[in-house]
Formats: sequence, C-alpha cells, structure tokens
Amino acid sequence: MTLTEVCQLHQRYVLLKARPQQGDLPAMQPGQFAQLLVENSPATYLRRPISIHDVSADTGEVSFLVQVVGEGTRHLAALSQGDRLNVLLPLGRGFTLPQSPAERILLVGGGVGVAPLLYMGRCMAAMGCRPTFLLGARTGADLLRLDQYSQFGEVYVTTEDGSMGEKGFVTQHSLLSSQRFDRISVCGPKPMMVAVARYAKASATDCEVSLENMMACGLGACLCCVEDTAQQGHVCVCQEGPVFNINELKWQI
Amino acid sequence: MADLRVNIAGLQMKNPVMTASGTFGYGLEYADLVNLEDIGGIIVKGTTLHPRQGNPYPRMAETAMGMLNCVGLQNKGAAYFCEHIYPQIKDIRTNMIVNVSGNTPEDYADCAALIDGLDNIPAIELNISCPNVKHGGMAFGTSCEGAASVVRAVRRAYHKTLIVKLSPNVTSVSDIALAVQDAGADAVSLINTLMGMAIDAERRKRVLSIGTGGLSGPAVKPVALRMVYEVARAVQVPVIGLGGISTATDAVEFLLAGASAIQIGTANFVDPTVTVKVAQGINDYLERHGCASVSEIVGAVDQ
Ligand SMILES: Cc1cc2nc3c(=O)[nH]c(=O)nc-3n(C[C@H](O)[C@H](O)[C@H](O)COP(=O)(O)OP(=O)(O)OC[C@H]3O[C@@H](n4cnc5c(N)ncnc54)[C@H](O)[C@@H]3O)c2cc1C
Ligand SMILES: Cc1cc2nc3c(=O)[nH]c(=O)nc-3n(C[C@H](O)[C@H](O)[C@H](O)COP(=O)(O)O)c2cc1C
Ligand code: FES
Repeated sequence: MTLTEVCQLHQRYVLLKARPQQGDLPAMQPGQFAQLLVENSPATYLRRPISIHDVSADTGEVSFLVQVVGEGTRHLAALSQGDRLNVLLPLGRGFTLPQSPAERILLVGGGVGVAPLLYMGRCMAAMGCRPTFLLGARTGADLLRLDQYSQFGEVYVTTEDGSMGEKGFVTQHSLLSSQRFDRISVCGPKPMMVAVARYAKASATDCEVSLENMMACGLGACLCCVEDTAQQGHVCVCQEGPVFNINELKWQI
Repeated sequence: MADLRVNIAGLQMKNPVMTASGTFGYGLEYADLVNLEDIGGIIVKGTTLHPRQGNPYPRMAETAMGMLNCVGLQNKGAAYFCEHIYPQIKDIRTNMIVNVSGNTPEDYADCAALIDGLDNIPAIELNISCPNVKHGGMAFGTSCEGAASVVRAVRRAYHKTLIVKLSPNVTSVSDIALAVQDAGADAVSLINTLMGMAIDAERRKRVLSIGTGGLSGPAVKPVALRMVYEVARAVQVPVIGLGGISTATDAVEFLLAGASAIQIGTANFVDPTVTVKVAQGINDYLERHGCASVSEIVGAVDQ
C-alpha cells in the first residue's frame, strides 16, 4: 500500500492512512487487524499487529491509529506521506455486529484500544444502529479524534486525572449505573478489560473483549499468541480472535 | 531457467526450498498469500501420537534479528491429523511432509506408523531436537545413543523417506548426524532452534512462560551454516540446511556449504512469499554463475 496521509495527533500518537497500490481494499470487519512491516528498522524483525481503525469506502483508504511505545511503532510514526507500507490484512475475527438496530451496544475503549471502535461505530451506523461510546485515557490530551466517534453515537469519557469527562476509570463512570446494554465490546489494557468483564458478568450483560497477545505470524501458523479457553484449550488470538466473548476465556472474573 | 529440481533420498522436489516445521502451519494458513505449489516442500507442524496443549502463554519474545519461542509442540495428535487435516492438504501439489515428535522411541514409531499409511505424505521429519518440551524431544537429540534409538524404532515402522532433524544444542553435531545415519536415516536436516532466554529488566522476570525458548531467525544463521558445513562433510546422506535463511543469498550459502536443499522458518512471518522469492533468486544465481542445475553448487565452497 501507499501512505496517503500521516498525521501526528500528539507526541505519542500518529494516524496513518493507506491505499492499495492497485485494486480495491478487501472487505473488513470491525475488530480485525493488520500486520504492518516495519522497514529499515534494524532493531525490530517481526511485523507489528495494529487494529483497523477506520475504512473509507469513498476514498478506498484504511487507517491505523498507532501509539508509539517502542522501536517498531516509533519507525511507523516516522513514515511520510507517499511512503510504501507493507501490510497484511484483514486478519482475525472482529466484534459481533448487532442483529437489529434496536440492540443497545456499548463500545468501551481504553488508551489506544479506542482504535478499532471507530470502524465498529461506522459499520453499526451503516446498519442503522447508534452505539454508545465510553472512552477512557490518562489525560484529556490522550483522548483522540472524539469528534469522529461522536458522528456515530453518544460519547462518554473518563480520564485518570479528571482533565476531561468524569475522573477515574471507565468502570467508575456513572453511565454504567444508569443505563443497561445488550452487549459491551471492549478494547484496551488487560486490567481495564478484566474490570469491564467483571461489571458485565455481575450485570448479566453479554461482553466481548479484544486481546492483544504478542504475535509473530498473525496467521494462525506459529501458535505463539495463544489464549487459554474454557472449551478448546489454547487457541490462536490472531485467528480465533482477537475478539472473544468473556465466557470463552478462563479469566478470573 | 536453470534446473532447480532436487532429489533428497527419493523425495523429488521441483526446487530446493521447503518451509520449516512450526512456522508455516499446515500450509493452509498461507494459501491466500503464496502459491503453495511453487514451494519445493512443506513441512507441517510438529505432530505427536497424543494431543498436546503446549506451554502456557507467553510463548515468544522478539530478539535482535530473530525471536525466541517455547510453543512446546501444541497439536491435536496424529489420529486427528490423519482424519481431519490430511484430507485438506493431500491434494496440494507439493511434498507435504509431517514433522514427528514424541516422548519415547515407541511414541515416535507409533506416530510414524500412522503417517506411513497416508499416500500423499512422501516423507517425515523426526524432531529429536525440540528444546521446549520436558521429556523426550531434545533429550534424544543430544546423545548419539538416544538419537539412534529413536531412529531405529521409527525405521522399523516407517517405509518412506525418513529425515532426521538435529539439535544445535550439542558439542558435536557431526557425531549425532553419523549416529542417526547409521541407525537408518535417509537424510538429516539442521538446525533446530538454539536454546536461549529473554529477561524483562523492568519487571525482573524471564519473559517466556517456561523461562527458556528456542532462538531462530537471521541471528542464528552463522551458527547454522557452520554446522551444516561440518555435517555435510561427515555424512553420506543428503543434508537439508536451515536456520536464519531469509534471502536467496542465504540459501545459496547453505547449498555451497553442502546442503542439498534448504528450509525457511521464521522469515515466513515477515514475508509470507519469501519461499518463492528465494527459489527464484537461486535460479538467478545459477544463471549468473553459468550453472545448469542446483547440484552443481551443492558443497561447492572452496576448501
Ligand atoms: C490484535 C492487536 C491489535 C493492536 N492494535 C493496535 C493499534 O491499533 N494501535 C497501537 O498503537 N497498538 C496496537 N497493538 C499493540 C501493538 O502491536 C504494539 O504496541 C506494538 O507491537 C509494539 O511494537 P514496538 O516495536 O513499538 O514496541 P516493542 O519494543 O516491541 O515493545 C514496547 C513495549 O510494548 C509492549 N508490547 C509489544 N507488543 C505488544 C502487544 N502486542 N500488545 C501489548 N503490548 C505490547 C512490550 O511489552 C513493551 O513493553 C495491537 C496489538 C494486537 C495484538
Ligand atoms: C514458532 C516456532 C515453532 C517451531 N516449531 C517447530 C516444531 O514443531 N518442530 C520442529 O522440528 N521445529 C520447530 N521449529 C524450528 C524451526 O522449524 C526451525 O528449525 C528454526 O526456526 C530455525 O529456522 P529459521 O531460523 O529459518 O526459523 C519452530 C520454530 C518456531 C519459530
Ligand atoms: S501469531 Fe502466529 S499463530 Fe497467532
């Protein structure tokens, strides 16, 4: 693919947009991911898994929201418009889409885990659904592209320092005590996902989480990324996931 | 176009490039990304007589130009393979080869006997060198007697091409190679992964769930190349070279060192089409050097 836009959102986040050199983008499900090759980066060897952040049918572009945490993401953030981006996509199984527009869906994101929820919102809107977003971050500055999310549904936020929205973690937001949902889909740091899973279990709400296990191939070939499941033992997160219903997992919740 | 065909102890291959076990699944995982029939041979996941859950997560750590893994032979067992996976792969027109592991020589032999009955599996590769399982595995591959005992047991039960994969975690790999040759191996492949460790300094913890793992990728290439060179000079059976190959030049170096064919493992994770690129690149090298066939460069490094 070719990078059509590279946008520094703030010092630790970058938005990459890319378009295939030829042909169209394949169909993608929200919650699926891509394996990005980090070129000219001697300190990294393997590809980096990054969620599908958004897809534009009009322009034929796919976008990625990348948080810089190490060498690989640092190199990705340093790319420029016009550069080549070697990508394998779409990979894995995404979030469950609602069966009817009446389903009340809560999309919870923490940190860079908000990334796949934008495309989820877009796909739901296309079906006539309006999800509710609950997005958490350390500070207000870490909450990115909120205007994009609010196109598709109501957006509630929490920050750890209270600089935007309610102060605290997503699970402490007043929304959760005032409204009921048919399903919660979550992506974020594991402790946050566990906390949301606990809330969901206690309130008998269907809940799915998007895991970020370390991956090598991303294709179900190497068995490095496994998660232990109740029914099937070790399964590949890259192929059977990254999205799992919490009932499938062996988490202590 | 040079003649890329090679014959490894009766195994006819359209080119000398195979995929290494555990890095290419059953081939099916890569079917949308690369034309499987353009690959000389596909060595599928490690298979054991009984199902194995493998080791807990985390199972991998990236390292400088490579990675550590401790997957630990997760697979659904030989019977499941024969019933459910073989039907899906038997019509792929390349050499589909099964990598066999076990806890005892009898396990290996029973597993090999089940695979022997599958018409479209022309060979097996015995993994006597897995560093990631407690019993068996590498224990056999690190002594001449242990290695020979497994090969003898399998040789009685298995009638097609028998490749034995050697561990680099030994003092003299040539001695083990000679022992498995004398016990009936048709070919040897090397190297399996090198035992290693990763530590997370901030958390003061070993990264992998079982503490140690096997190192693979470009980082191991010089070690692998030296071992292939030594073994090719010690044994009469064909040698299949692997360890860190990611370009055609890497592959040619292994052929020059004495390998009759090569395998590519970890590099498939970075570029799923690496095998066909390497096969094409070997052809280009042969043409550039005025060679008509691969056999002309096998072992052809100056002494
Ligand atoms: C399915 C999936 C989807 C993802 N989507 C996104 C996304 O949309 N945007 C984004 O910015 N990141 C995403 N990640 C995480 C991203 O893959 C890692 O942050 C990245 O691989 C780190 O690479 P690096 O070379 O910069 O850091 P490294 O030097 O490799 O690591 C730096 C630090 O990041 C941690 N880390 C490395 N890999 C992961 C991982 N897979 N998960 C969690 N922590 C990791 C390491 O433990 C280390 O502490 C996703 C991960 C997965 C598995
Ligand atoms: C994730 C992973 C799983 C592996 N599983 C097996 C296996 O089941 N059986 C085996 O004989 N070798 C296994 N190997 C070793 C490879 O087949 C190969 O010997 C090794 O990786 C060196 O080659 P490379 O550097 O090209 O990867 C595995 C390697 C990796 C990285
Ligand atoms: S990353 Fe290789 S199987 Fe999931």
